[in-house]
Amino acid sequence: MGEAYSLDVNGVTRDVHDAAPTASLLQVLRERLGLLGTQGACEEGECGSCSVLIDEAVVCSCLVLASCAVGKRIITIEGLTESAVAEDIQKAYVAAGAVQCGFCTPGLVVATHALLDTASDPSEPDIREALSGNICRCTGYGRIVDAVQRVALERRATTKAAKKP
Amino acid sequence: MAVLMPVTVDEATAALAVDPTRIVLAGGTDLMVQLNSRRGAASGPDEVVALDRIGALSSWSVDARRASLTVGAMMTWAQLSSEPFRSWTPALAQAARTIGSVQVRNAATIGGNLVTASPAGDGITVLSALGAAVNTAAIDGRRILTVERLIRGVKTTALAPGEIVTSIEIPLGRGFQGFKKIGIRDAMVIALANACLVVDEGRRRIGLAVGSVGPTVLRCPRAEAIVEANVDWGAGRCDRAAVRDAVDAVRTEVRPIDDHRSSADYRRHAVGILVERLLLEAFDRTANDG
Amino acid sequence: MSATADANPLGTVPETPRVGAVGLGQSVPRPDAAAKVRGEFEFSSDLSVDDSLFGATLRSPHPHAEIASIDVSAAAAIDGVAAVITADDVPGSSTYGLITADQPVFAATKVTYTGQPVAAVAASSREVAHRALDAIVVTYVEREPVLNPEDVVAAAERATEKNDQGRGHHRHLHDDDRARGGDVFRHLRLVHGDEAASGSIEVEGTYEIGTQDQAFLGLEAAVAMPSGDGGVELRTATQWLHEDRRQIAACLDLDESRVHIELGGVGGAFGGREDISLQIHVCLLALACGQPVRMHYHRGESFLGHVHRHPATIWMRHHATDRGELVKVEARLVFDGGAFASTSEAVLGNAVTHAVGPYVCPHAVVDGWVVRTNRPPCGAMRGFGVVQVAFAHESQMDKLAEAIGLDPVELRLRNALTTGKPLATGQLLDSVAPVRECLEAVRDLPMPITPVNGARDPRELPGGTGLTTAGAHVSRGVGYGVSIKNLMYSEGADDYSTARVAVADGVATVYVAAAEVGQGFVTLAHQIAASALGVADVRVAAADTDVGSAGSTSASRQTWMSGAAVNAACEAVREQMIADIAQRCAVPIGRLRIEQGVVYDADRRIGDVAECTAGQSYDHTCQYRHRPTTGLDERGQGNCQTAWAFAAHRAVVDVDPDLGLVKVVQVATGQDVGRALNPLAVIGQIEGGVAQGLGLAVMEELVDVGGRIKNPTFTDYLLPTAMDVPPVAVVLIEQREPLSPLGAKGVGEPPTISSTPAIVAAIRDALRRAGREQPLTRVPVRPEHIVGAGADGAGVDRHNDTGPAGKRR
Repeated sequence: MGEAYSLDVNGVTRDVHDAAPTASLLQVLRERLGLLGTQGACEEGECGSCSVLIDEAVVCSCLVLASCAVGKRIITIEGLTESAVAEDIQKAYVAAGAVQCGFCTPGLVVATHALLDTASDPSEPDIREALSGNICRCTGYGRIVDAVQRVALERRATTKAAKKP
Repeated sequence: MAVLMPVTVDEATAALAVDPTRIVLAGGTDLMVQLNSRRGAASGPDEVVALDRIGALSSWSVDARRASLTVGAMMTWAQLSSEPFRSWTPALAQAARTIGSVQVRNAATIGGNLVTASPAGDGITVLSALGAAVNTAAIDGRRILTVERLIRGVKTTALAPGEIVTSIEIPLGRGFQGFKKIGIRDAMVIALANACLVVDEGRRRIGLAVGSVGPTVLRCPRAEAIVEANVDWGAGRCDRAAVRDAVDAVRTEVRPIDDHRSSADYRRHAVGILVERLLLEAFDRTANDG
Repeated sequence: MSATADANPLGTVPETPRVGAVGLGQSVPRPDAAAKVRGEFEFSSDLSVDDSLFGATLRSPHPHAEIASIDVSAAAAIDGVAAVITADDVPGSSTYGLITADQPVFAATKVTYTGQPVAAVAASSREVAHRALDAIVVTYVEREPVLNPEDVVAAAERATEKNDQGRGHHRHLHDDDRARGGDVFRHLRLVHGDEAASGSIEVEGTYEIGTQDQAFLGLEAAVAMPSGDGGVELRTATQWLHEDRRQIAACLDLDESRVHIELGGVGGAFGGREDISLQIHVCLLALACGQPVRMHYHRGESFLGHVHRHPATIWMRHHATDRGELVKVEARLVFDGGAFASTSEAVLGNAVTHAVGPYVCPHAVVDGWVVRTNRPPCGAMRGFGVVQVAFAHESQMDKLAEAIGLDPVELRLRNALTTGKPLATGQLLDSVAPVRECLEAVRDLPMPITPVNGARDPRELPGGTGLTTAGAHVSRGVGYGVSIKNLMYSEGADDYSTARVAVADGVATVYVAAAEVGQGFVTLAHQIAASALGVADVRVAAADTDVGSAGSTSASRQTWMSGAAVNAACEAVREQMIADIAQRCAVPIGRLRIEQGVVYDADRRIGDVAECTAGQSYDHTCQYRHRPTTGLDERGQGNCQTAWAFAAHRAVVDVDPDLGLVKVVQVATGQDVGRALNPLAVIGQIEGGVAQGLGLAVMEELVDVGGRIKNPTFTDYLLPTAMDVPPVAVVLIEQREPLSPLGAKGVGEPPTISSTPAIVAAIRDALRRAGREQPLTRVPVRPEHIVGAGADGAGVDRHNDTGPAGKRR
């Protein structure tokens, strides 16, 4: 039914065969490429569980037509984990108690990574606004905000230390 | 279904001329919701023409002679919420910041917002108040439409089959701009009512539009006329009675409905408050702050 | 008591919890968190097996209709369709249910709510399955739906009066109505003390609670596989494996031993997975096809596929003395149970017995109904009947405080329950009951220091980035709510949990069927085993039905119940180990101790546990029961509950009275937790529960029009975002509960209960301060309720009469 195409996912060219032509990137990641870390909870861009990076911008993969993502750099939670670029975020989420059922967590890690890539010293409202596209039903967000603040602080401390002569 | 990815506007309009029932894909944030809800059950022979490879649609330019800014239809709300647009078209940037979430704003486009023609379209309210002109293209030529001419009803536009929006030209005037939006929650929310006020001090004109209070975003000519007639352009003030009259005019002109999101009465009431606050911000800051 | 406070300008945030050690009382991180942050945790929607088919469900489009015919032939003929099943294909019981088996697996002759399952298909792909659903032809003859629960109550009352007239005397309806299986799921009348008592002050009001949804993020999903013995293997997300097994086995006509269930990763539950959703369907399909079948709901289907919190209308009249001492509470509760029983009976029992709230009151008359309508079934959701009555009784306490001219906190303190006092059921409250301490803790926490007026970040104002509101438009209000919540099951239910602990080669494995739904029992099981056994290497096995039932992950019960079972099993195993080591090492038992994986003879290190127990294994299974409860007598009296927990909430809100917009600035809470076994996890439960209470207060509602849900999407069923939930200032009131083996109380439900009335009280307070009083008797509070612009438009006219908005102050 569908045609074949290739996607650049986590730096690897992945061939997609036989996906439904209307399939979203979320469906293709999960059902064709076996990348199950990206979750789906609404399929209308209202929960952020399916957040991925496309050309460095955080988007909802449920709102991306998979066959239209050809030629773009797609990074999923698995890609962040492999490259360890978000390891401090992941550790802080664990330590701060920001994880309960964990369904929203991969999307939040991706969104946090996108935030901290551009803002080194976000205020609490900045953090809350940047993560407001990611619904968490368990935590009430308090520990999540705490986790993000911890990472921002650590990263600033590291940068400062590195700059010292 | 196949996805066609033209790289020029001409290729796109040609592809659509071959089969005007082909679906146009802009940022995908509305279309994908529809496709996802089908769950593959009724996937027909639809073909998609994706516009995101057309570089021209993602660029912007300023025409100093015409004093206008032209933004490509594929520019995202994330782009439009940041500089230089935050300085040049603050109301548009304010609206942009309230559309969807960070994720949605990184994908959703100004052109898509227009063509979706939601009665609650936040971008539409601003473009209407700004007096923006919508540039379209089809195989047989190009058109320029006002926002009000483009949008004909609930989720319907005046675009002919095979016609796409290519860019939007926004007059760059001098004066106050403001956008306000009411939602039940503080992020990712569809407006219960929104309003935009644009003051063009140079031409001494007022642009006022409101959303979510009728089948389409509504321009408010009566209220605009009342304010225009009563502004002391030298002092930048407008008397309270005129503000009240303008608010009353807006409340009379709107046609809100009751639905699961809100009541018609609330919407009528609230849109008046938004307009009042915008007018006070524009013309009577001290009064508004007290 | 461990008070926490700080200098965060937005409120107080708990101190950095005690991290590091693994024992009880330490903030041990979750063992599953590392996998969750890496996207490697396997949720039930991630499960797949080779050669599995996709299942999908056909649902009724009507709230009430006769089924004239079902034709599945066209669907069955589609290439790739392996099975199409209907009511005719259910081999065992045609109905199921948690308490009463009244819900059809598939509708056979009639449908009684929109979304009721009618048929299911299994096919080679999701797309084919959905095409097959479209090809099933069902002919319905629509009937008038029953949508107003009051109509059902009125009919039941008429019927009873008629019967009673025949018998020549009048009586009230009683508990036995539930046995009749009609449209009244339960009628319960509670009379405590003197029905005729009255006080010098009376306040009354009628309150409405809209339909809240659990809206767990991880959608319903399962995979079922035929097993060799004609049975079935199921992996799914649920709150109670064994109860699912009981109901599935009955409908499949299988012995329970041939239904094996393993817990799939659960993406939240909150009560919504206590009932069966797709479990029976997916098992039937797997057996029909002789092949594994996967089934996933999408969000719209999830809203139809699980029970909701009961919408309710509650009338209350409070009688008090001039000094504000409660004399009597009268209440009439009408809960809409929807089309099938689910846990309605128990929910109503909770509502009626908690209707007075955490207060001493000598007299009470509570008449409660939960009835059948043609709406989707309602059942368990965090708070379980108490959320509804707490909104009413706390609104009433504020009304009473105003009538008497007392501070609302002072009024509550004057009436606060203490240990040893009788409840409205006549039962003596013998739990630890720090109602006063909870209240005083929230009263004494510093107020948030953000200014009410002046230039502020729009994100801290009502309306947020919608830029609707300037500081000058804002009125700030403060409100309080207090609650009592029963822990564990009530009314004579046999409530137990089972745990097995095995130690082999120094590695301890805990087997317990307690469903980990995100709340953190898996962490606690580690902590308990590590501290009780002294073994460093503890593993918690995947929950399945090979071990005995642990009961449901609900009713704030797993910490107490399964915690006690795991602890008892660990202690038994530890005794086995010590006796064995003593014998093998020839050391007197009394001198042996095990700490952090090391065995000591007094202070002399003998070796680590693995060495000392090499080649040995120890194994013990324990069952823990809490002390028994009884049913309620004909006056609704009895020792029906086993323990209680308390919480107080203080909400601070900023309101834009002209637009009806609310910003919750802070929620402070004092919560009775017994003993915090993992303070960080407790705080997580509290913050998450407050967010759900906030949701009910100001945004969450499934809107039903004519028996159809108008907003079954996350676009329109609004959940609080990070922008909406404020910082929560937490004070844990730690007084060990002697009734609880570990001294701990469950903590999951109280945060959702009194946070809602506290927020609404704060909104009322803000409006009063702005001179715009509104009763706000309904949750969720909507902007139109705040400005008084209902469908009748009265508020709008009033607004216009008062001149320009916001200038009346």
